[in-house]
Amino acid sequence: MESFYDWFRTLYNDTGFNFVYFYEEYERERFIRGFWLTIYLSVTCVVFSVIIGVVGAWLQGSNLKITRRIVQGYIQFFRNTPPLVQLFFFYFGLGAFTPSVDAGGYYEPIIGSFGWAVISLSFFAGAFNVEIFRSGIEAVPESTREAAEALGYNRLQAYIHVILPLAFRVCLPALNNNLVNLVKTTTLAYAIAVPELMYTANQIWSDNVNVPEMMMTLWIVYILLVGVLVWAMHRWERKMRIPGYGQ
Amino acid sequence: MTWTPDQPIVSIQNVRKSFGQLVVLHDVSLDVAKGEVICVIGPSGSGKSTLLRCINALIPIDQGSITVEGQEVHDPKLDKLELRKKVGMVFQQYNLFPHKTALQNVMMAPITVLKQDKAEVEQRAYQLLKKVRLEGKEPSYPGELSGGQQQRVAIARSLAMNPDIMLFDEVTAALDPETVKEVLVTIRELAEEGMTCMLVTHEMGFAREVADHIYFTDKGLIVEHGPPATFFNEAKDPRTKEFLSQIL
Amino acid sequence: MIGLFRTPRPELRAIPGVTGPAQTDLPVLLPAAQLIGRKARQDRTNGFRLELKAWHGLFLFLLFLFFTGVAAAQVDNTLDKGVLATLWRWIPLIVGQGFVLNLIISFTAMALGTAAGVMLGLGQISLLPQVRGSSWFTTQLFRNSPWLVLLFCVMLLLPFEITIGDVIIRIPDWTKATIGFSLPIMANISELVRGAVQSIPSGQWEAAESLAFTRRQTLWQIILPQCVKRMIPPWMNWYAILTMATPICSIMGVQESVNLTQQALVSEDSRPELLAPFYLFLLVIFFCYCYPIARWTVSLERKFVVKL
Repeated sequence: MESFYDWFRTLYNDTGFNFVYFYEEYERERFIRGFWLTIYLSVTCVVFSVIIGVVGAWLQGSNLKITRRIVQGYIQFFRNTPPLVQLFFFYFGLGAFTPSVDAGGYYEPIIGSFGWAVISLSFFAGAFNVEIFRSGIEAVPESTREAAEALGYNRLQAYIHVILPLAFRVCLPALNNNLVNLVKTTTLAYAIAVPELMYTANQIWSDNVNVPEMMMTLWIVYILLVGVLVWAMHRWERKMRIPGYGQ
Repeated sequence: MTWTPDQPIVSIQNVRKSFGQLVVLHDVSLDVAKGEVICVIGPSGSGKSTLLRCINALIPIDQGSITVEGQEVHDPKLDKLELRKKVGMVFQQYNLFPHKTALQNVMMAPITVLKQDKAEVEQRAYQLLKKVRLEGKEPSYPGELSGGQQQRVAIARSLAMNPDIMLFDEVTAALDPETVKEVLVTIRELAEEGMTCMLVTHEMGFAREVADHIYFTDKGLIVEHGPPATFFNEAKDPRTKEFLSQIL
Repeated sequence: MIGLFRTPRPELRAIPGVTGPAQTDLPVLLPAAQLIGRKARQDRTNGFRLELKAWHGLFLFLLFLFFTGVAAAQVDNTLDKGVLATLWRWIPLIVGQGFVLNLIISFTAMALGTAAGVMLGLGQISLLPQVRGSSWFTTQLFRNSPWLVLLFCVMLLLPFEITIGDVIIRIPDWTKATIGFSLPIMANISELVRGAVQSIPSGQWEAAESLAFTRRQTLWQIILPQCVKRMIPPWMNWYAILTMATPICSIMGVQESVNLTQQALVSEDSRPELLAPFYLFLLVIFFCYCYPIARWTVSLERKFVVKL
C-alpha cells in the first residue's frame, strides 16, 4: 500500500499531476472523511425521507380535512421551490431562531449545518415520497384489503402485511427516481458549509492548488456513486416484481 | 438469367428462418405465377407473416433462396429500391404515418423515394383514393379515419409505387367485422384486375372465393396446398382437417 | 430492418399488470398501478414535472406582503429606511441585471444543450456500434452527475481567458456557468430524443422500409416529425427546471439575481427584517416567469394526447 501511495508522489514529482490525497496522510483522511460524510448524509436523508413519505401517505388518508390540507400544503411547497432555496430557508431563516448551547467557552447552535441539511433535504425528498406512496396505496384494490380482513387481519396488520408490500412494489420505480435525485441533490449542502465530499475537495484544492486533479476525482467519485446506486436500484426493481404474477 | 412472364414471379426454395432458438420457417418452397392469387392460411405462430416479410427483404433468411422476377432477394448486392418498387406490402396494423393526411400518405413515397413529379403524383393519388372508394377523405388524418378506411389508404399507398406484386399480411385481423368487407372488396377488385397477390388471412370464405391456390402452414412447414375446391373439400393431412374443422 | 433497428433497452423488466399489460384478469392491482410504473419511467427522461398552480403564486405574494408588513411594523418607517422603499431601490439591480442574467443563462444553456443533445440522441440510435456506445456513455456520464459538480468542473477547469494570436478573449463567469448548465441539459435531451424515437411503433419503420424509404429518409420524414410533438412538453419542462436551477451558480459568485440579492442585503447592513421580503420577492419573480411555462406545458401535453 505504501508503494502505491509513493507512486503518486513520484507521479507528482515527475509530471506535476498532484493527487495529493494518495500520498499525504492528512489530506487522505480529510478526503475519506468527506466521502463518508456524503454517504452518511445520503443514507440519513434517504431513511428520513422514506419515513416522512410513509407517515405523510398515512396522514393523507386521514378522515380529517385539515390534516389532508396540511400534508397537501407541505407537498406543494417542497415540490415547487428550488431545493437550494429550501436549504437557505432552513439554515438562515429557521437557524436564526434555534437556541444555542454552551459548548465550552463558545456557543453552538443545537442544530448545525449538517442537521439542517438533513432536515431540509429529507423534507424535500419526503414531499415526493408522500405522493409516490399515496399513489401506490391507491393502486391496491379495496377488495384485497377486504380479503385480508376476512382472513382475520386487523386494519393495521392488513396495511403492514398486505397493502404496503404491494404498494411498495408498485411505486418502487418512482421511489428509485426520487432517491437517485436526492443523492445528487446532497451536493447542495456545500452551500451551507457541510464538510461533505464536495466541500472537502474544495478545501484540498485550496490548500494544494491542484484544482484539475481534485475536480476530476470529484466527478469520477460522484459518477461511480450515482452509477452504482442506479444500477443497484434497477436490479432491485427487477427482483421485486410480483411473484406468480410475472412472466 | 433474365426473367420472362411465363416463369414464376415469386419463387421460394427451401427457405429456413429462425429467431435465435426458435425456428419459424423450416423448409418452405412455393411458386407464384404472374396474376395468381395465393392465400396462406394456418394457425397463428406458424410463420406465415414471417414468410411475407422475407419476400420483401424486411427480414433476412438463414438458408434457401427467394427470387422475385428472377432477382435473388437475399443477395447482399441487391438494389432494395428496385425490389420494393416491385413488391408492395400492406400490414395488419395499417402503419399509416399519423402525422400526414391520407393524400400525403399516398404521395410521400413516390415523391421522396422515386423522385417523381409532385403534380403528377398528386393526380394519381386522387385516382388511387377514388379507386379504394375514399373520395373526399383526402385531407383527413389517419386518426380521423375508421380502421377499414385506414387500411384502404394503406392499400392505395402501396399501389402508388406501381408494384407488380402485393403482399397482404392479415390485413383484416385488426378490423371490426363490418369494415372487413370493404377492405376485402378492394382486394378482390385488385385480384380481378390481374394483380399478383399473396395474402395471409384468417378469412376462409374470402380465401375460397378469390384464391387460385391455397397453402396451409403449420409449425414452419407447408403441410398441404391446392386449389380452393380440392383444398377445402378433400383435405388429406390430419392437421389441415383439424384446423379446418375448427374454423369452418 | 427488424434486426438493425434497436429495440428499447428495457430499463426494467415488464411486470404484467404493473409495468405492462396484465396476462390475467385477476384483480391483483388496479389499472392505476400500470400508470405509476409508466409514469416513473417517463420521469426518467422527462424530468420531474413542475406542477405550478396559480394559487402558489398568490400564496407567495401574500407571504411577501405579510413579511413586508411585519418588517415595516418592526422598524421606523422613515422614507428611505422602509422595507418597500429599500426593495424598490434594489429592484433595478436585482431584476434588471440579476434576473435578466438568469434568463440569458437559461436561454443560452437550453439552446446549446438542445443542439448538442439532439445530436447525441441521434448518436444513441445510430447503426454504428461505436457511435451508439460512445453516445450512450456520454449521455449516462452527464445525466448521472450532480449539476453542481458539473458546474464546478466547468467553472474551475475552463481558463478565464484564452489567447488566440494577439487577441485575448476573456471568458466571463456567466458564460462558463452557461456551458456548465448546458451539459446536463444535453444529456437529458439526448435521452428524450432516444426515448421519443423508440416510442414510435416499429410498424412505422417497417411500413417506410417496405415503401423503399432509406433509413435517413425514414428518420427525417416519418419518425422525427412524429417525435417533435411528443418532445415539446417535456422539453419545456426541462427549460423550467433549468431556469429554476440557474441560481445554483450564485454559489460560485456569478452575479445573477440570488447573488445580487445577497450583496444587496449585505450593503443594507444585513438588516434581519429585510431577509424574508427580499427572498420572497425573488421567489415571486421566478414564479411569474415559470408559471406560464408550466401551464403552457400542461395544455400542450393535453392537446397532443388527444391528437395522438
